[in-house]
Amino acid sequence: MKKWFKHHETYVLLVIILFSMIITLVNPNFLTLENMFDLLKSYSFIGIFAVGVTFVLISGGIDISFTAVATVAEYVMAVVIIKYGGNILLAFLLAAGVGILLGLINATLIHFFKIPTIITTIATLNIFYGILTVISGGKWIYALPDWFRSFADIRVFTLRNAGGIAYGLSIITLIWIIVIVLAWAILRFTKLGRGIYAMGGSMTAARRVGFNIFKLQMFVYSFMGLMAGLAGLVQALLVQTVAPNSIVGKELDVLAAVVLGGASLAGGTGTLFGTILGVTLIAIMSNGLTLMRVSSFWYNVFIGLVIILSVSFSAYQRRARTKRAIIIEGE
Amino acid sequence: MKNISKRYTGVQALDQVDFEIERGEIHCLVGENGSGKSTLIKIISGVEQPDEGAQIEMDGQAQHHLQSIDSIRKGIEVIYQDLSLFSNLTVAENIALAQTIASNSRFINWGTVRQIAETAMQRIEVNILLDELVSDLSVADQQLVAICRALTSDVKLLILDEPTTALTRKEIEALFRVITDLQSKGIATMFVSHKLDEVLQIAQRVTVLRDGKKIGGFPSGELNSEKLTFLMTGKKLDYSQYEYVTQEAQPLLEVEDLSKAGNFKDVTFSLLPGEIVGITGLLGSGRTELAQCLFGMMQPDSGEIRIQGKAARIRSVQEAIELGIGYVPENRLLQGLVMEQSVGRNIVITIIEKILGALRLIDPRKKQKSIEHWIEELSIRIPSVESPVQTLSGGNQQRVVVAKWIATDPKILILDGPTVGIDVAAKSSIHEIIRKLAREGMGILVISDEVAEVLHNCNRILVMHKGRLVDEFRATETSEEEVQRCVDTVR
Repeated sequence: MKKWFKHHETYVLLVIILFSMIITLVNPNFLTLENMFDLLKSYSFIGIFAVGVTFVLISGGIDISFTAVATVAEYVMAVVIIKYGGNILLAFLLAAGVGILLGLINATLIHFFKIPTIITTIATLNIFYGILTVISGGKWIYALPDWFRSFADIRVFTLRNAGGIAYGLSIITLIWIIVIVLAWAILRFTKLGRGIYAMGGSMTAARRVGFNIFKLQMFVYSFMGLMAGLAGLVQALLVQTVAPNSIVGKELDVLAAVVLGGASLAGGTGTLFGTILGVTLIAIMSNGLTLMRVSSFWYNVFIGLVIILSVSFSAYQRRARTKRAIIIEGE
Repeated sequence: MKNISKRYTGVQALDQVDFEIERGEIHCLVGENGSGKSTLIKIISGVEQPDEGAQIEMDGQAQHHLQSIDSIRKGIEVIYQDLSLFSNLTVAENIALAQTIASNSRFINWGTVRQIAETAMQRIEVNILLDELVSDLSVADQQLVAICRALTSDVKLLILDEPTTALTRKEIEALFRVITDLQSKGIATMFVSHKLDEVLQIAQRVTVLRDGKKIGGFPSGELNSEKLTFLMTGKKLDYSQYEYVTQEAQPLLEVEDLSKAGNFKDVTFSLLPGEIVGITGLLGSGRTELAQCLFGMMQPDSGEIRIQGKAARIRSVQEAIELGIGYVPENRLLQGLVMEQSVGRNIVITIIEKILGALRLIDPRKKQKSIEHWIEELSIRIPSVESPVQTLSGGNQQRVVVAKWIATDPKILILDGPTVGIDVAAKSSIHEIIRKLAREGMGILVISDEVAEVLHNCNRILVMHKGRLVDEFRATETSEEEVQRCVDTVR
C-alpha cells in the first residue's frame, strides 16, 4: 500500500475516481458504457499522440511539431486515396510513411545541428504546416472514399442501449489499444526502450555505457512521427473530413495530458500507464464539464489548475525525498 | 599505448604519452588539473579518438579506431567521477545495463537483470536493495552500484576516476579492500586521485603527467608524498602551519546556542579578526547547514548571532552580504558560479551595485577595472576574461568563486569545502589566499572533510558530530591523529 503512494500514477488515479464520482452525482449519464465507449473513440486521437510524446519526453526531448506532421500525413493520405483509390491498408502505410519521414527530418536536425529539441520542432512545425498550406491552399477535403467511411464505423463488438441504438468498441479505439500495447512492450522489454530511459536520465552516461545515441534519437523521433501519422489517419476516420487547420493547435493539450501522467520535461521519467491516466483525466474533465452543463470556456481554466496542482505536488514530493536523504540527528 | 597525442582547439591536451598497464596491476595516474589525465582515460575507453600516429595495443593486438563499445568488449570499464549512473532507473537495472547492451538480444529479461545484479553484488559482498531508485541512494552506495556494474562484464581493467572524493574514511577503506580483492582475481585497476596518501597506500606503480607530457612511471615504493608533489607540479610546496597573531579583542562573529531542528543544535562559538577557524566533521554532521544559516539561506529556530557585538537577524542572503559576510559554497558548479558566463561577469556579479555609473547602468570602465584587479590579485590564469567559467580548470574556477566574494569586501568569509576536487598546487595557492586575507584582518571559517587541511590552515578547529559541536582544538596543540579520532568516534 505504502509502495503505491510513491508513484505519481496513484494520485492521478485517485483524482480520476474523485472526478468521476462528482460528475456521476450531477449527471448519471456519465458513468454509462455508452458514454465510456464514445469517450474512448473520440480520445483515441489525442491518446495516440500522447504515446509518441511520452517517448519523446522520456528520452529527454520535446516535440511540438507532431500536429503539423499529423496534418501533412493526413492530407497526403487523403489526396492519394481519392486520386488513385486503394484500400485501408494503403491509407495506413501512407500516413505512417509520411509521419516517419518527417520524424526522421526532426531527428536529423536535432542530432546533427545539436539545436535544442523545442526550437527545432517549433521551426519544423511552421515549415511542415506552412508548406502544406501553400500547396493545398488551405482547401478542405470532404470526398473521402466510401470504404474509408465504412471502415470507421466498424465495431469490434456491438451492444444496444435501452432505446435500441447500437454502440460498442470502435475499431478506432482498437488502433489506440494496439499502439499502447506495442509501445509498452518496446519501453519495458527491449534494449531500445531501456536505452530511451537511459538517454533521458543522462545522455553522457548513456553514451559512455555504449548506447548509440544517434540510433536512439532517430528511433524516438521517427516513432513520434509514426504516432503522428496514425493520429492524423484516426482524425480523418473520426471526422471524415480533412481540414489543414483542424489539428495544429492541439500540441499543448497533448503535452498537458502526458505531463499530468507523470512524465517529466527534464526527461528520464514517465510511463505509458501514467500517460493513459493523463489522457483519461483530460477526457473526463472535458466530457464531465459538458455533462454538468458547465460552459466549455471553464474547461481551459480547469486543465490549467489541475496541471499546476499535479506538477507542484510531484515537485514537492521530490523535495521532501531529497530532504529526508540529508537529514541528520539534531536532538 | 604509445605516442598518444590529442589536440583540442588551441590546447595540446596530451603530447606523445606512452602508457602501459599489466594484468592485475594497481596503477595510479596522477597529475594536476589539466595535465591530461581525463583525456588519457577518454582515449583508453574509446570516448575520444587520439590524433594521428597513436598506437594502442590490448592483449598484444593493435587497435584502430577504438570506439567505446569496442573498449567495453575488450574488458575495459571506466567509473567516472560523476559515476555515470542513471538516477531515474533502479539499482538492478543500472548494474545490469552495460551487460544488457553488450548482449546480442534485442529484448530485456527482467529475471536475468536481477540475477546479474545479485551476482555482481555478491562478488564484492555488498547488499543494496535491487528495486531502489539510484537517486535515493547515498553517494557511497551509488559508487558501489557503479563498481558492481563494471564487474558484470568480463572486466580486465577497471578505471576509477577520483573515486574517493565524496567518501568517508571508512568507505574508502572498504573500497580499497574491493580493489585488492579484484587484483587477486587478475583484474587491473587504474586509479586517478588527488589524495596522494591514498595513491601511495594502494598503488604498485604511479604514472605522473604534467602539462600533457608523461614525467615518468615509478614503483610506489620509491615515492613519498613530497617527491610525488614535486614530480606533479615541478615545484616544492611548503606545508607550514598558519600562525595567528592576535589583533583586536572584539569578536567579528559570535554564535550562541544556535539551533535548527533536524540540522544542528546548541552551537556556540566565536570568530576573531585574523582568525581562521576550521569546522570539520563527517558529511551530514550539520556543518553546511550551519554555514547556510549564517549566510541567511536558512533561518535558525533559536539562538543568537552577533556580528561585531551587535545582535543580527539574517533573513536573506542580501542582508548577510550587507552585514559583511561572504560564502563560498560547497558545490561551486551548482551554487558558486554561472558556468556558461564569462570569468569577468562571474567576478562582478556580487558587486553590481558598486560598478554602476550614471543612470544606474553598469559602467564598463569600472567593471573592467575591478575584474582586472581581482584576476591579478588572485593570479587567475585564463586566456581572456571573456572565456566562460566552465572552460577553466577546477583550481581556477575556485579562485573565481573566491574572487567574487572577496570583491564584496566581507569581514567574515565562510568557505565550505574550498579545495574539493582540485589538485595540490591549486590547493596550496587557495590556502595561501585564505591566509593572506586573514592576516589582513578578515575572520575566516573553513569547513572541510580533510583534517590535514584544517590543521594546517586554521588556528582553531571545531569538530561537529550529528549536529552538535563536540570538541575544539588549538592547531598548535594537537595532531592530525587526535582530531581524526575525534571525527571518527561514533557517539
